[in-house]
Amino acid sequence: MDPARIRNFSIIAHIDHGKSTLADRILEVTGTLSGRDMREQVLDTMELERERGITIKAQAVRVAWKGHQLNLIDTPGHVDFTYEVSRSLQACEGAVLVVDAAQGVEAQTVANAYLAIENNLEIVAVVNKIDLPQADPDGRAAELGGLIGEPPDRVLRASAKTGFGVEAVLDAVVERIPPPTGDPNTASRALVFDSSYDQYRGVVAFVRVVDGSFRARERLRAMAQGTRFEVEELGFFSPTMRPAESLAAGEVGYVITGLKDVSRLRVGDTLTSEASPAAAPLPGYKDVKPTVFAGLFPTDSDDYPELRDALDRLKLNDAALFYEPETSQALGFGFRCGFLGLLHMEIVRERLEREFDLDLIVTAPNVAYQVETPTGEIVEVHNPADMPSDVERVEEPYIKASVIVPKEFVGAVMELCNERRGRFDHMEYLSEQRVHLTYELPLGEIVLDFYDQLKSRTRGYASFDYDLAGFREGSLVRVDVLVGGEPVDALSLIVHREGAYARGRALVERLREEIPRQFFDVPIQAAIGSRVIARETVKAKRKDVLAKCYGGDITRKRKLLERQKAGKKRMKQVGAVEVPQEAFLAVLNLNEDGGGRRGG
Amino acid sequence: MDDVRHLYVHLPFCAHRCGYCDFVTVVGRRGQHAAYVDALLAELTLERDLLAPALETLFLGGGTPTFTEPAVLARLLAALPDAREVTVEANPETVTPALAALLREHGVSRVSLGAQSFEPRLLATLDRAAGPDDVRRAVYALRDACFDNISLDLVYGIPGQSAPDLDSDLAAALALEPEHLSCYELEAKPGTRFTHAHAEELARQAAAMEGYFERVVETLIGAGYRWYETANFCVPAGHAGGRDLRAQHNLGYWRGRDYLGLGIGAVSTVAGRRWRNAPSLGSYVGMLRSGSRPRREVEVLPPATRRAEQVLLGLRLDEPLRLAPVAEAVDAAGWERVERLGLAERRRDERGEEAIALTQRGRFLGGAVTAEVLA
Repeated sequence: MDPARIRNFSIIAHIDHGKSTLADRILEVTGTLSGRDMREQVLDTMELERERGITIKAQAVRVAWKGHQLNLIDTPGHVDFTYEVSRSLQACEGAVLVVDAAQGVEAQTVANAYLAIENNLEIVAVVNKIDLPQADPDGRAAELGGLIGEPPDRVLRASAKTGFGVEAVLDAVVERIPPPTGDPNTASRALVFDSSYDQYRGVVAFVRVVDGSFRARERLRAMAQGTRFEVEELGFFSPTMRPAESLAAGEVGYVITGLKDVSRLRVGDTLTSEASPAAAPLPGYKDVKPTVFAGLFPTDSDDYPELRDALDRLKLNDAALFYEPETSQALGFGFRCGFLGLLHMEIVRERLEREFDLDLIVTAPNVAYQVETPTGEIVEVHNPADMPSDVERVEEPYIKASVIVPKEFVGAVMELCNERRGRFDHMEYLSEQRVHLTYELPLGEIVLDFYDQLKSRTRGYASFDYDLAGFREGSLVRVDVLVGGEPVDALSLIVHREGAYARGRALVERLREEIPRQFFDVPIQAAIGSRVIARETVKAKRKDVLAKCYGGDITRKRKLLERQKAGKKRMKQVGAVEVPQEAFLAVLNLNEDGGGRRGG
Repeated sequence: MDDVRHLYVHLPFCAHRCGYCDFVTVVGRRGQHAAYVDALLAELTLERDLLAPALETLFLGGGTPTFTEPAVLARLLAALPDAREVTVEANPETVTPALAALLREHGVSRVSLGAQSFEPRLLATLDRAAGPDDVRRAVYALRDACFDNISLDLVYGIPGQSAPDLDSDLAAALALEPEHLSCYELEAKPGTRFTHAHAEELARQAAAMEGYFERVVETLIGAGYRWYETANFCVPAGHAGGRDLRAQHNLGYWRGRDYLGLGIGAVSTVAGRRWRNAPSLGSYVGMLRSGSRPRREVEVLPPATRRAEQVLLGLRLDEPLRLAPVAEAVDAAGWERVERLGLAERRRDERGEEAIALTQRGRFLGGAVTAEVLA
């Protein structure tokens, strides 16, 4: 295909603004898929993705439109996968930016628009769902135009649901988005913008050919990682796999590598011919590192091997998942896992529980700290319990947070960000009603319950997105928790020195509610080093016996006791104290003001 | 032979149903009392072979046994086998001098009166028909008929009750000098109208319950009673001319003895099998009229289950539980833990054999301690 007749583009949108529906409709309108074959939201393959309305793994589909080859590259829909989104966008020359005609511009719309602009993409702006009764196409078009610096009349109107305006979107893709540049006659280079793992065929790379061309059976090299392999098959999706003889400059397709491990071919790497390699890789490769960590422990310690096998299998498909064995005094054997973000963590946890039928305790998440010891050594700490007691300085990761919210909630959002050590950066009115706020915040203040708090304080109206913004020194301390005098490693947390007292107080108060009364008083203490900063006591219980027990009650009474015994088995033993699993999540639900709940 | 020496007979009839009650009861139906008693006696005939020649105890429970037509009740008492202890449960408003005399004549030796409270407001909450004076009159009538073993039931944790209310209930009960007292916390069954109607107040009462329980035990021990079972108190033998005033029938349950229960909803435990008669009155009468056994739900109790039950029942008593027969049901580590915490202790029983018992504090926590001790 003549590169002049190729258009490579993505659809980008905030969650639920209609990206997948539009993609489906494009397949239908272009005849790639007949209505009879339509499966709702074809591009989302995993069960979980459909339920959550998000897309984890990108694919690319080739469609034909008025003599042109259009490659629609699907992008992951969430902040945790920003790097993957940006690689997908790098494979395109343009993007269709979709906004819900009722909801308007949201935080991810802004983040996606900026990403597209950074990648020099031509943006085709579309107001979708104009058939909704609460739709405000003109208002939304003005908002969207303002965001990308275009007059509102350039913004298209569509309803992916009814099909209205979809052809106009395709025409605009052809007219406005430039064809790929790149040299078909030079040494070959292709960007790996996504990959997935197939049990039988190994790693399947999704590539955008930039220069030269690639052929089946050719030996290739991944330039950043140095991985070598022979192409088992290449081709494109339309919408199912269509093997081809070659992929040429400007084209998008898949390469079956036969590699047995996704970590050997990372997103962002450049493929080139081993026989006549290119001189330099395409720019922009970076090794994505996990930012959020949590301990995963099987509820029943006998399930440890099953958990290990399950993580091994997930890792095949998820190069960003990190895990290493961890031993907790309180929770036994498990894994310390690293994730790209909270959503990634949630997805992994759900997949472990749903697909592998595991019953897990997940400890409160924390971030990675850069710690300088007095000897000048720099160590990265993934687990609060591993924080050395003697440190020279500690650096914590920061983010640039973007919040879009109706104007009446601006005060509430600012208050929340200030409580979380945020630094105000910028405020801008997107329209008369809606405000875009940006803050710099320590990631460690986000991972616990920031998102829930944001949602509850704005009655669900706020949308939130963030970008990592490097490490900064912080005055951080480790708060340990002692139950019955025994330190509970799984409850340690790292907090800012100024908030330590309030956090410790809130934590022990919360634990007092979570730990049932025992045969004896149980002191619960929060301590920094050997200094106790907060203390509560779970008072010994004084009565635990059924009053009535006669001939007709004995069976029922015995069954109650059996249940009581079974309940004890689900408890974790900390010294002599029985601690329910929920208590290990206490850290997650501390009150935002750090004051804990009142009560006597 | 392990013949059954304890017989329970269920008389389900009541004048009305109290809101908190979850026993098998039948309201009114005076016309059916005779037919029901016929069925009871037919069931007795069918199971007669299980019973020992001489019974230790006979217990008529309900329902309100004393609501049964007097002539019918008299016929039943006359037909039932004699026993060393014969107890009848009674609601205070039903105990007239005539009834007291009837009971006495038919060999009843012990009456258990459902007083529940002496506070009119709380009695109303419980839908009880009797007022505080009815309870007193009933006790006097029984005394006049020469009953020297009277038990009073009290309930605590009633919606609207306060600690001083409980104190005055206990004082009023003690003033009547009963030989025996049973004190129960109000158990509100989830899903009942009563529980729904008093939800908030019941939650408040639940929080106060441990204080109430301590108050009951403290007060009654202070008044010279023996706390011989979790919820039961009696005048000690030393103050009763050597008579053992514990409820002998219930002691049979707590010591893990076999027992036969007759009537609707009645439970029997005999030779490793436990069965419960179906609660339907019509079906019960019909089946027995045609000479067949009533519908029953049967549970097989393997030896291990029996041993576990003996532990959970035996540890409710103040008398030590002989260890050897139940040793397999006791978890060594759990036992050690509760012993170290001062909740249970090793003792010798009256024959000098190794036995176990809960300490005073352990008895307040009997459920949790038992859960710890059972293997």
